[in-house]
Amino acid sequence: MSDLEQFRSELRSWLEANCPEEMRQPARSEDDVFWGGRNPTFQNDAQKAWFEACVEKGYTVPDWPTEYGGAGLNAAELKVFRQEMNRINARPPLSSFGIWMLGPALLHFGTHEQKERFLTEIARGEIRWCQGYSEPGSGSDLVSLQTFGEDKGDHWVVNGQKIWTSYADHADWIFCLVRTDKSDKYRGITFMLYDMESEGVSTKPIKLISGRSPFCETFFDDVKVPKSYGENIPAQVGEVNRGWDVAKYLLGHERAMISGQSGGERTGSLGAALARNDMIENDLMRAEIAMFDIDALAFAAMAEKFADEIKVGKCHPAQPNMMKYAGTELNKAKHELVMTAGGSAALEWESDASKDGKHARDWLRTKANSIEGGTSEVMLNVISKRILELPGG
Amino acid sequence: MAMYYNDDQTMLSDTAGTFMSEEGAIAKQLRHWRDRDCPDGFGHALWKQFAEMGFTGMLVSEEDGGLGMGHVEAGIVLEEIGRNLTPSPFLTSSVMAASALGQGSAEMRGRWLPGLISGDSVFAVAVDEGPKHRPQNIACRAEKSGNGFKLSGKKTFVIQGASADMMVVAARTSGADDDNDGLTLFAVPKDASGVDQDPVRLVDSSMASHVTFDGVELDGDAVIGEVDGGRDILNAMLNAGRVGAAAEGVGVARGAMDITVDYLKQRKQFGTIIGEFQALQHRAAHLYSEVEIARAAVLKAQQKLDEGSENIDLFVSVAKAKVAKTASLSVKEGVQMHGGIGMTDEYDIGLFMKRDRALQEFCGDLYYHAGRVAELSGY
Ligand SMILES: Cc1cc2nc3c(=O)[nH]c(=O)nc-3n(C[C@H](O)[C@H](O)[C@H](O)COP(=O)(O)OP(=O)(O)OC[C@H]3O[C@@H](n4cnc5c(N)ncnc54)[C@H](O)[C@@H]3O)c2cc1C
Repeated sequence: MSDLEQFRSELRSWLEANCPEEMRQPARSEDDVFWGGRNPTFQNDAQKAWFEACVEKGYTVPDWPTEYGGAGLNAAELKVFRQEMNRINARPPLSSFGIWMLGPALLHFGTHEQKERFLTEIARGEIRWCQGYSEPGSGSDLVSLQTFGEDKGDHWVVNGQKIWTSYADHADWIFCLVRTDKSDKYRGITFMLYDMESEGVSTKPIKLISGRSPFCETFFDDVKVPKSYGENIPAQVGEVNRGWDVAKYLLGHERAMISGQSGGERTGSLGAALARNDMIENDLMRAEIAMFDIDALAFAAMAEKFADEIKVGKCHPAQPNMMKYAGTELNKAKHELVMTAGGSAALEWESDASKDGKHARDWLRTKANSIEGGTSEVMLNVISKRILELPGG
Repeated sequence: MAMYYNDDQTMLSDTAGTFMSEEGAIAKQLRHWRDRDCPDGFGHALWKQFAEMGFTGMLVSEEDGGLGMGHVEAGIVLEEIGRNLTPSPFLTSSVMAASALGQGSAEMRGRWLPGLISGDSVFAVAVDEGPKHRPQNIACRAEKSGNGFKLSGKKTFVIQGASADMMVVAARTSGADDDNDGLTLFAVPKDASGVDQDPVRLVDSSMASHVTFDGVELDGDAVIGEVDGGRDILNAMLNAGRVGAAAEGVGVARGAMDITVDYLKQRKQFGTIIGEFQALQHRAAHLYSEVEIARAAVLKAQQKLDEGSENIDLFVSVAKAKVAKTASLSVKEGVQMHGGIGMTDEYDIGLFMKRDRALQEFCGDLYYHAGRVAELSGY
């Protein structure tokens, strides 16, 4: 048996022994997702047991180095890991912006001591992070951001406002883009890490069209951010005033992540699933769903290719933008079809039969996929300029 | 008939536009009732105002006390309803039920139409029996019993069913579920015993009922038209509803387009108004073209209905399907071009998306009508 097959077979037995039955089905609602944090709430014992077993093996972040809480899997092993998890429909033991966004940036730009502290906390689900990028006047034009950190020697004093900060009201810490030099647009931003419990930080939830409120306005009013959290643990990632490089690097990971969650990680046929519930009303709808399945299955192949290539640096550095664009547009199309197939039953918003409007609320939520993490228009602009090298702006 | 409004229609359009944007405004009606969890999903006071404006009985003949207007005129009101997302029983009561009742006996018309015209009554229509519109299959049964009938079965997606004083119910009086003949329409009063309403709130904040009829006793004069001869009345009622929903959908598409274009003129990014980006300009311009075309398709269908042309079904399905495509495009583009703010409950654009969703399903979705277009065109 090759090493890889050996790994697969050991992993299989481990999953068999450690992944509880309840964790072997897709999350039914947001309540089924475990986010970790200072005051974690487990939905049930199975969720807790599964999470703890994974932490011990480093499987919350399987490809991170073991010294920072990961399992140190190489690209081939990671692929096997994903396959085996998917095979039994295992839920991710831990979901977090730390894993998807901050972690990769720290791995690339952080000091050893920063990694030791923050990556380990993330891997163990101890700290829940939120992302302080967007501001009311700076969305697509992120680099125009105004939140300002005044240098006070051993600390900064941060003032300003962020918006659309997902889960800011549940987060323990924030990774935040702060202007530290007003004279240089690109080289005047610092990527700072600080505690959301700091004095002067406040959040105000914003209600979404789905009726849920997972994101917030976040205000900083004379927030004191120490420049250091210990020896070789600066509060900023990368250099002061060079946070834009970190921000962009992180966005690449965020976009790849959104793309994966939007469709790249699912390979089943939508039509087959709808047909099982006798939901395909007529031949025209069947044709439309088949057209979707073509796009979705082709995209799943692309997603696998992309995941393999990015690990070894074989794809264009701007490729995550294409993946984000295509994946999110696909996910929106999927939910349109699910709504159509569901008919008037899918319109229900407040009823037991509809699980309080799950279909409709999920459908509305997907409309944000092509906005969050950079809009589709921004993705297309990046593809045109950076990949196709078209002239302009 | 020329494909533009005559003077009277233009005037009606102005009056209805002013009325709806003032009295029927989103903040005043849709949000107001939604935020109070209103069990009707609309305001009765506004319905009375509709009556004062002469809207409620527009399609009722003059001899029955109405205005004897046509589908073009009803569509003018519906387009303004769509633009302002004004919740009201207009489509089901004044367009659909009125169309069916117009075929009823003098006694039937005398019993129900005055309440409609005065804005005291609300009617609902009960046709669908599952999550999709499938009027060729009607399983709900009315068995002969003495001088009358006993009605049993289930209906779904009965808009404002629980608020309605009377429901127009399509039921089978003979034949198999998928027979064309053997249907009868009944006017079932609110207080009939054996009617069970299970009202649910829908995505657009409107209310719809799952209705169960458990041996509901109806006397012979509850029949609209002829026993076993209900198919034509049903088709006419559904066509009125489809064209009406299409007119409202054009309003939804326009309303969403208007606020989006306004937003493109206000929002600044990269040091300029985002409306300066050609990528967005072209999409807004494309949307404008589609909305204009959809509107023409609807006007065509309305005129055909008013002329009583034969084979109007094709035009009806073209209108409903074209609007389904256009309104869906409009609300999707609307949310997307608003960016993050388009996802918030505070902004109206999301409300347009929700209303469009419900209208898409009402009286047949895109695929249902696309299928009919193929069939009626002979392929
Ligand atoms: C559900 C959700 C969660 C989010 N979570 C977070 C978070 O946790 N942290 C965070 O910092 N942010 C978050 N965001 C914010 C998100 O990143 C921004 O909404 C996004 O970048 C767009 O910015 P904006 O909303 O200001 O839209 P704008 O930039 O104002 O865009 C408005 C419209 O103009 C278009 N446009 C702008 N510029 C151009 C151009 N040059 N060419 C063509 N079209 C253009 C846009 O594509 C869009 O259609 C979240 C957003 C959503 C919806």
